[in-house]
Formats: sequence, structure tokens, C-alpha cells
Amino acid sequence: MSENFKVTIDNITVEVAPGTTILEAARKVGGAVAPPTMCYYSKLEGSGGKCRTCLVEVSKGSEKDPRPMPKLVASCRTTVMDGMEVKNITSEKVPDARAGVTEFLLLNHPLDCPVCDQAGECDLQDLGYEHGKEGTRTEFPRRTFAPEDIGPYIQLHMNRCILCYRCVYTAEQLTERREHGVLDRGEHSRISTCIKNSLDNEFIGNVIDVCPVGALTDKTFRFKNRVWFTKPLDAHRNCSNPNCCGEVRLWMRGDEVYRVTARKDEWGEVATASNGKTGWICNECRFDKKDTKDWVIEGPTNINRHSVISQGHYAGTEGTAGKAEKLIDKVIGQEPKYTLDIHSVSEVNKPSVHLDRIPGPAHSNDFK
Amino acid sequence: MKLLLEKAHIEGIRYYDTYRKNGGYSSVEKALKMSPDEIVEEVKKSGLRGRGGAGFPTGMKWSFLAKPEGVPRHLVCNADESEPGTFKDRYLMEFLPHLFIEGMIISSYALGSNTSYIYIRGEYAWIPDILEQAIAEAKEAGWLGKNIKGTGFDCEIYVQRGGGAYICGEETALIESLEGKRGNPRIKPPFPAVQGLWMRPTVVNNVETIAAVGPIITMGGDEYAKLGAGRSTGTKLISACGNLNKPGVYEIDFNLSVEEFIYSDEYCGGIPNGKKLKACIPGGSSVPILPANLLLHESNGNKRLMNYESLSEGGFQTGTMLGSGGFIVLDEDQCVVRHTMSLAHFYNHESCGQCSPCREGTGWMYKILKNIEYGKGKMEDIDLLWDIQRRIEGNTICPLGDAAAWPVAAAIRHFRDEFEWHVLHPEEAQTRNYGLAHYAEPRTIVAAQ
Repeated sequence: MSENFKVTIDNITVEVAPGTTILEAARKVGGAVAPPTMCYYSKLEGSGGKCRTCLVEVSKGSEKDPRPMPKLVASCRTTVMDGMEVKNITSEKVPDARAGVTEFLLLNHPLDCPVCDQAGECDLQDLGYEHGKEGTRTEFPRRTFAPEDIGPYIQLHMNRCILCYRCVYTAEQLTERREHGVLDRGEHSRISTCIKNSLDNEFIGNVIDVCPVGALTDKTFRFKNRVWFTKPLDAHRNCSNPNCCGEVRLWMRGDEVYRVTARKDEWGEVATASNGKTGWICNECRFDKKDTKDWVIEGPTNINRHSVISQGHYAGTEGTAGKAEKLIDKVIGQEPKYTLDIHSVSEVNKPSVHLDRIPGPAHSNDFK
Repeated sequence: MKLLLEKAHIEGIRYYDTYRKNGGYSSVEKALKMSPDEIVEEVKKSGLRGRGGAGFPTGMKWSFLAKPEGVPRHLVCNADESEPGTFKDRYLMEFLPHLFIEGMIISSYALGSNTSYIYIRGEYAWIPDILEQAIAEAKEAGWLGKNIKGTGFDCEIYVQRGGGAYICGEETALIESLEGKRGNPRIKPPFPAVQGLWMRPTVVNNVETIAAVGPIITMGGDEYAKLGAGRSTGTKLISACGNLNKPGVYEIDFNLSVEEFIYSDEYCGGIPNGKKLKACIPGGSSVPILPANLLLHESNGNKRLMNYESLSEGGFQTGTMLGSGGFIVLDEDQCVVRHTMSLAHFYNHESCGQCSPCREGTGWMYKILKNIEYGKGKMEDIDLLWDIQRRIEGNTICPLGDAAAWPVAAAIRHFRDEFEWHVLHPEEAQTRNYGLAHYAEPRTIVAAQ
């Protein structure tokens, strides 16, 4: 069994070790061949299979049994066979199924991206841009949940949750005792602590990093800034916690550290640290060390795939696509600039109008 | 020909003494003299197919069971009979518990399972007591426990009550629930035959399948295979309900025609009040609904028979499935839109919420169907429904997604004019039902979408 398996994905052949999943093989090829993932997280054992965005068509089962698989399969949980042929972007069925899954995921999503802290580095935004359709076909009110307080560090927005179960696996595998989980069934399923409880394990902050949407966000960063206005820098410190890798990404604006996150690789997962540990960081590094003096700064982060900070990523309209410069060239050594003065286009909220001086509620007349 | 319900009429058959006097446990006696492999071989020869709905050959399932050295194996009986319209297992467990326990002992012996489980749905609140009493009686008589009848085989059977979730009838969700976890289906592979309960090799079988093992051993696999038609061997319990004169549980021969089953006095006795047959779901709520003209005859004009092959003739364009045998009949007064809506509501309520197409799609379908039923529908909603079900089917972890998509698909495929009538006449649709239209006319095949 030591021999490698040959797998052909979208007509590109790679050799992988037996037991590898189709998704990992596709990531080895890289680029657009790698299916998008919302629930699979290679660093978390048992994750995947739930969101169904990574469905692919297996047009040939293996060298021994060349029959195609009857249904689309979840590439994150299907292991490769020798001689397997997989169709992802070249398949006729996959884009349709993926568009369907995207529609289902967005069906009850509040689409409050303008006020969501995850906007700009949100996997669901990326998925929507790449595989979604314009407009919505649903006319029903979206599902809502009562807000729940899960402690001083982590903000839970259950309305945005897509139930990927990543945070559940994180708590299960990183902390001694899992304090939250999925309650209820069907479309009422929700992430909750059951008995009102705060998540206070020293590694629980990692659920923020694994969350593909804005359901779990950093309370210390909440509403402070938009991610595309902050500048990411790689940094490290000698963390006393033996399980913390100590290598982080600082999100800075000027000299101020706004946010600390784990370093992520090109697939949006925490990267492996230089000391060989998986890049999970402890709560102390994440929430308490918000001063440049605490950190040894290595330099600006290379941004390659995700988020609007990799400019031009969403440039779908003609003419802008060519201008995709790397942000890093623009940002280093200069303050990020607002490219648009909101008051020049907005009727409301003029700087000359002081809301606190208007007696009673404001009316449109007050802004004229 | 009755195999399972042969003794059902005897008074006190629920108790061990009466059951034993009437020839009970003779199949266990016979089985314990055989080797486990011989029993598996008999079951293979019998051609018995899983009675829970999928119709997978039981002998083949048993032979897939991995047998690593030193790892215990388990037999789990799926008594989580939650499919709307299906109540055959309830009848078996309630009135013939010893027949079922007999099958459990033989199957456990054949599979080498020293600890077997019966996972029963929470709503059958009184049946676990019946089963536990039967197990205690069997144990007292020496059919269970340590060193059964001197063969050196130990076996214990435990009854586990579920919490009342439809999804726990899916075998991997059942295993999760049995382990004490949230009833979410597992992602396959690995299959339960390799890693099931507590990661040990496990066989999950329906109640009726296990109950049929006793008669197979008594009469021999070859004899059993002679019954029935083609690859549908033996007999099948059908739980008939809906607009019928005599609803109930019937044991049928696979050569029985659908027409005879509905209209003959021996079985359901026709439709009450002289009404006409409009449609029927022959295998539990998740199989496609068929209009009367397609139900009684195959597309080639032959009479449709109550067996796996004949009912699924022509695929979903002109056929359906035997499924679990929950036979639901709708007469001319029933509204297919309302019926589909209530099924969609059921699947919406019972979706486990693990994978996105089913979690979101079932609720969406229900809301659209509710709009159409209550006169707020639009013409494009019908196409939208078709599109939603198409994208749920086959894209989910477990078959619940398919089960939710098929009834909606079949209703639109065969009864599109009724949906359109609901949209075009929203007010009239609130006061009367659409009625029969062309469905009662024989031999008009509705063009499928």
C-alpha cells in the first residue's frame, strides 16, 4: 500500500498517498480545481461533509472498477482510489449543484454584510460571488434567533450561522471540556451553550478563526474597524502556554493593533507554525496583547487568495480586472485612504446635521 | 400464504407459554444445531430483501459484515418505524413479540452478536414493555443469556427507546442515537458493516426482516425463495390506510395485483362511499405518489403487482417504489396539493439540520406549498418547487433529502394541473377540491416533466 495513487481531477493528474481525500488531492493541484469548502477544516478531525459545497462528480471510480459514482460525492470525505477520474469545474452537474447549495446557504442568511465584522474575509461572501446567482428567489422572512451572550470575548450571531460544526469540533479537540454545541433540530438547529454559560477556555478564541461566516466574531474588535482598512502584519511572541504556537497575524491601523488572529494559509485555515505546531493561539495572545510592544513584528503579510484585501478579487465588472495590484505594494508606508467620501453620495447623515440637536425623532426634512 | 401473521389470531400468543405450545421457538432449536455460516447461507438462498424500505438483500448485507479477530459485533434492530403510513412493525411487535425475538436470537447467532439492541421509536411508548416482557420470558426459558441451550453462545437483547425523531430511523443516525449522541447521520463510508455501533461491525435490520428469519429457517431458504415473484421473495406486510373500507395490516403474496389489494374483500375492501380512486402512495410517505391510471397498470398495459419490480416499473416517470409498505390511498375528495404540503411539513420538521440542502430546502418547499394551498401561490412557484427538489435530491448526506424531494417531485410530475388550478383559482381552491380530472381514465399516461 506504499505506492501512490494516481488521480485525475479536471484532466490534471496528481499522485497522492492512499487515504487522501479528493479535496486534498485537488488542493494539491491548486487554483480553481480545488472545490470550495464551508465546513471542512483539514486541521479538525471529523469535520466536513455537511455543507455540500465541495460536491464533485466521479466519472470513473478506479482502475479496477471504472463505473462512475451514481451521485455527486462530497470530495472532503471521499478518499481517492487508484485511477480515479474526478470532474469538478469541467463537470456539467457540479456548477448547478453548487449554485443550489449556495442558494440554500444564503436562503436564511441575514445578508447584513455592511455591519458584519467578518465582511471582507468571509467564506460565504466568496462562495456567493463565485457560485451564487444574482438576486434571490425566496420571498419569505428569514429565520431569526434570540441573541445569546456567550462571554466577554466572543460574540455569537446565530442568525448568520451556517451550521458547519467547525466550532464544535474545535472546542471538542482543543479544549478540555466542550461547553457549546448544536441544539434543536432541522432549521431550528442553533449553536448554543444550553445552560447560559460563557465560553472561557483558554483556547476557545480559536472558534473565531475557524468560523467561515460572521457568526462568531471577536468582541474586542467588534465594530472597531473594517478588515480591509487594517493592515496585516506577521508577528510572534514567546507565549508561556505550551500549546500556543505564538505566531500570529496583527491587524493594524497606524500604530494601533486592532485585532490579533492566527495565521492562515491559502485555504483560509490556520497555518502550520514554524515550530511545527498547528497555528492555534491562546486567548491571552488573541485578546490581551494588543500592543506592538508585546510582539516581535516580522513584516507585512503576503496576501494571496481570500478576502477583499487581496484587491481585485471581486472585480467582476469589466475594466477593473486588469488593475488587480497587490495591496501590499500600495499599503506599505502609507495610511490607507478612504476612496469615497460618504457625504458626497448620501442624502442622510450630513456632517452639518447634528442629530442630538433635533428635538424628537429625525425626519427626512431635517436632512434637506 | 401467511408466514408472519399465521398465528396472529391465537389468543394469548403474546405470551411465551401459548407461543411455545403453538410451535414457537422451533426455528431457534433448528438454528442452534446449524453453524452461523449455514444460517447466513440459508438467508442468502431465501432472497430475503430488507423490509425497511430500500429492499437491499439481507443475506448480502450479512455477508458484508466485517469479522476482525477480537472485536465484538452487534446486531441492531431498527424498530424506529416513523414513516407516515407505515405501522406494520408495530403490529408485529405488539401482537407477535416472540416471533420477533425468535428472529433476533437466530440473527444474533448467525452474526455472532453477543449483545443485540432493539431501537424503538419513542412514540411507541407501550411496546418496549411488551418486548421486555417477551425477552424476560425467553431468558427464563433459556433462549437468551449465557450458554444458550448448551451451544456456548451467549446473547443478550436490550430495548432502547428513542426520543421520537424520524431521522433516527436512518441506520447511522440510529447508531449515533444509540451511542447517546445527537441523532445526526454519519457520512458514509465507512459503512456500519465495518464501523458501526461504537466503531464495531454492526448490522442494522428492520423488524419485519428479522421476524422473517424464523420462518426462513423453519422452511429452508430454497422453499422461501419459491414464494413470491422473481426477485421479490417471500411475503410482505402492508399497512394500508387512507380512504379504504378496511384499513389495517395485511400479509400479501408478491403476486397480488394492486387492484385486487385495494378492491377485494379479502384485503382492503374498496373505497368507502362509492368514491373513486384518485391516487396512492404505495410504500410510505417518501415514495412518489401515483395517479390511479398509473397505479393499477404498468406502462406496458399489464396489471401492476404488489412487488418491488412491478411497482418501480418505468422508474419515477411511470412507477414508484414498494418502500416500507405503507399503503396510503387517496380518493377523489382529497387534495394533492394539501397532501403534499403536509408531507413537506413533516420532512421540514424532521430534518436533522446537519447538511444544508435538506435543512434549508425542506423549509422552503413547505412555505411555497403553503402559499399555493392557501391561495397565495404564483405560477413560477411550481417551477421553483421543481428546481428546489432537484437540487436537494442526491446532494444530501442521508436519504432524508431524497425522501423529502420525491413526494414533491411526483406530485408536480403527475398532478401539475391541480397545482395550476390552485394558482389560477385561489378562492375556489379554498372551498372545494379539484376532484378527479383525467386520473381515473385508464391508460392515459401523463407526460412527465
